[in-house]
Amino acid sequence: MVVAFVLTQEEVAEAAGSAGLTRYAWVIALLPLVSAALTLFFGKRTPGRGWIYGVLTVGTGFVLSLGVLWHFVTGGGAHASAVDWFQIGSLEMMLGQYVDGLTAVMLVVVTAVSLCVHVYSIGYMHGDSRFTWFYVALSLFTAAMLNVVIADNLFQLVVGWEVMGFCSYILIGHWWEEHVNSSSAIKAFITTRIGDVPFLFGVFVLIAATGFTTSNIQEIGHLVGGEEMARGTVSIAALLLFGGAIGKSAQFPLHVWLPDAMAGPTPVSALIHAATMVAAGVYMVGRTYEVFVNADPWVLQFVGVIGVITAVGAGLLGLVQDDIKRVLAYSTVSQLGYMITLMAAGPAGRNAAFFHLFTHAFFKALLFLGSGSVIHACHTNNMSEMGGLRKPMPVTFWTFLIGSLALAGIPPLAGFFSKDELLVALEHDHQIVLFGLLLFTAAVTAFYTARMVLQTFFGTYRGHGHPHESPVSMTGPLVFLAAATVAVGFLGFAETGAPFFDWVFLEEPEAITFVPWVAALSVAAAGLGLLGGWAVYRTWRAEDPLVALGSAYTLLARKYYLDDIYWKGIIRPIRDEVAAFANWTNQVVIDGVVNGAATVTRYLSGGIKAFDEEVIDGAVNGLGQTAGFTGGLLRYLQSGNVQRYAAFLFAGVVILAVIFTRI
Amino acid sequence: MIRLPLVLFFSAALFSIGVYGVLARRNAVLVLMSIELMLNAVNVNLIGFSQLWRDLTGQVFALFVIAIAAAEVGIGLAIVILIYRNRETINLDEVSLLKW
Repeated sequence: MVVAFVLTQEEVAEAAGSAGLTRYAWVIALLPLVSAALTLFFGKRTPGRGWIYGVLTVGTGFVLSLGVLWHFVTGGGAHASAVDWFQIGSLEMMLGQYVDGLTAVMLVVVTAVSLCVHVYSIGYMHGDSRFTWFYVALSLFTAAMLNVVIADNLFQLVVGWEVMGFCSYILIGHWWEEHVNSSSAIKAFITTRIGDVPFLFGVFVLIAATGFTTSNIQEIGHLVGGEEMARGTVSIAALLLFGGAIGKSAQFPLHVWLPDAMAGPTPVSALIHAATMVAAGVYMVGRTYEVFVNADPWVLQFVGVIGVITAVGAGLLGLVQDDIKRVLAYSTVSQLGYMITLMAAGPAGRNAAFFHLFTHAFFKALLFLGSGSVIHACHTNNMSEMGGLRKPMPVTFWTFLIGSLALAGIPPLAGFFSKDELLVALEHDHQIVLFGLLLFTAAVTAFYTARMVLQTFFGTYRGHGHPHESPVSMTGPLVFLAAATVAVGFLGFAETGAPFFDWVFLEEPEAITFVPWVAALSVAAAGLGLLGGWAVYRTWRAEDPLVALGSAYTLLARKYYLDDIYWKGIIRPIRDEVAAFANWTNQVVIDGVVNGAATVTRYLSGGIKAFDEEVIDGAVNGLGQTAGFTGGLLRYLQSGNVQRYAAFLFAGVVILAVIFTRI
Repeated sequence: MIRLPLVLFFSAALFSIGVYGVLARRNAVLVLMSIELMLNAVNVNLIGFSQLWRDLTGQVFALFVIAIAAAEVGIGLAIVILIYRNRETINLDEVSLLKW
């Protein structure tokens, strides 16, 4: 009996590890789409108002993703398949999937975080007036992200990319009754759109460069290294594609939308603005990495510069925020900057960036969901109205602490290993300046993390009411993510064989090394930051001690004046002019056209009326009158005089007699 | 033996007198009498031709006509009497109700 059971388990593992499951990876992406439709049509009639569809389908997707990952853990190869979509000239569009180790890992990350968020939202969004609609958007978003992950061609990727942007807009503006939320949604949508336009053009350039033969990412990857494509074309394509990453992954100077996107419900922030959508830009750069590698070297240098500016700049901004979600938002921007920087450091850097993307997804989702739990309890986002939450909310506190230490890069949590890999990759590539700046950012990160934790959970409670621990549907995902945060770091640890890199990058088994002095430096920076934070924020002070920095503080508090520049320099002039022009167009052109159409219609209908009355009625009446007139004439024949009738009769007989005798 | 042309002339004269009477007289009784004249003109014709062709059919037909004429006069006179009772006149010009 026991033997039989073991055998069955092995058979299951065998089946899960075979290519069979990777062949059906597209099902994982399709499931949430089905869920979105089901929730949309039947959600409001379902008990619990429809969360069940999303949780079930994404949960199934998570299990399937683990199966797909198992295929690569056991050393399986990549799988590609496609079906015809449509054809434009010589360009055959396919609807397909490309599943390799990277895809599998991303599938697991997206479905895991999405599942946590789906479960968490049951509690967090309980009683919301648009609860069902929220779940529709969540599921639709998950489907779009999974589509980006498995897409084997650029057009399919663009479709998922745009749907994500749309869902992000919907979800940020979920509570649109407050003006600030709806304008944040518009800001996020338009800002990312500024990046999406170059991205779309980058896709066009690449497809045009293949002579309109393919949009398949792998084929393009092979072609860009060949003789057919001019290096300049590839460079332009790479730059344009990177424009998309700047928008979607909130890189300088388009990072401004992400902190404002915190206006959305917190689970959304965890899913979209921490773990998945913002990672799509990084993922896209990694997916099309051949394009970047084969471009001119200055393209990758540009990528690195943008990344490091983002990492350092956003990290510093995280120091002065009072809104707990904004701290996390800036730290997300900063960590994304890390990943983008690493993209510039060659294939080893790319691998490290993906590892950081992988671990970051878990601990940042954990932090966001934890902050959501805190916000749920305190009914405010401001850390100045929190404090002392360690006692009433123990589960939230401990999980949040694990996430924070991971973010700060304290061993043995996930963030330590991935940050270590980043630094090793940079050191290996002799990027000393980047190395130093990122080390500095690590210290800053640790500093504001310490500040955030101390202000939220230590000291005494400064808000109103009595905060209490959140329901199980919210703490459950927290515990799950905390466990993941502790565990996943070891997957990339050199001393444990760094299995992550074996699964993900089959073709280039980079030697993952553990460099003790780099690790020591990294821990030292993190420790320094944490200690500094503890020293400054150990006791609560109403005025932030950093105000002592004077003008530097003002610069940070005003977010480097970027928003002001955008507002005064770009938005307002355009908006005023465009608004005036639009008003003029409305009043003069459109109203003129409408009124003109009305006048012409009236004129024409007058003509038709006259025609009706004169011609048609005239014809009918004329017929009637003619009949009456002739009848009036004929009536004199019917005199009633019998003899006159007889006379007519006689005359008729005579006439007939004459006619017949003639014939 | 009377020759046919004579018979035909007599018949035509009789018929013409009848037509004149029907069209011109005002008195309804006289009109009925004129109709009798026309019918009998026809009878004369029938008998004339019967004699010519030595065929009794014409004479038999004449007998039918006389019988029907008797019936016709009976009805006609009845109508005239009814008109007289209702309207105190048998002047046909005054009995012109069947008109517009």
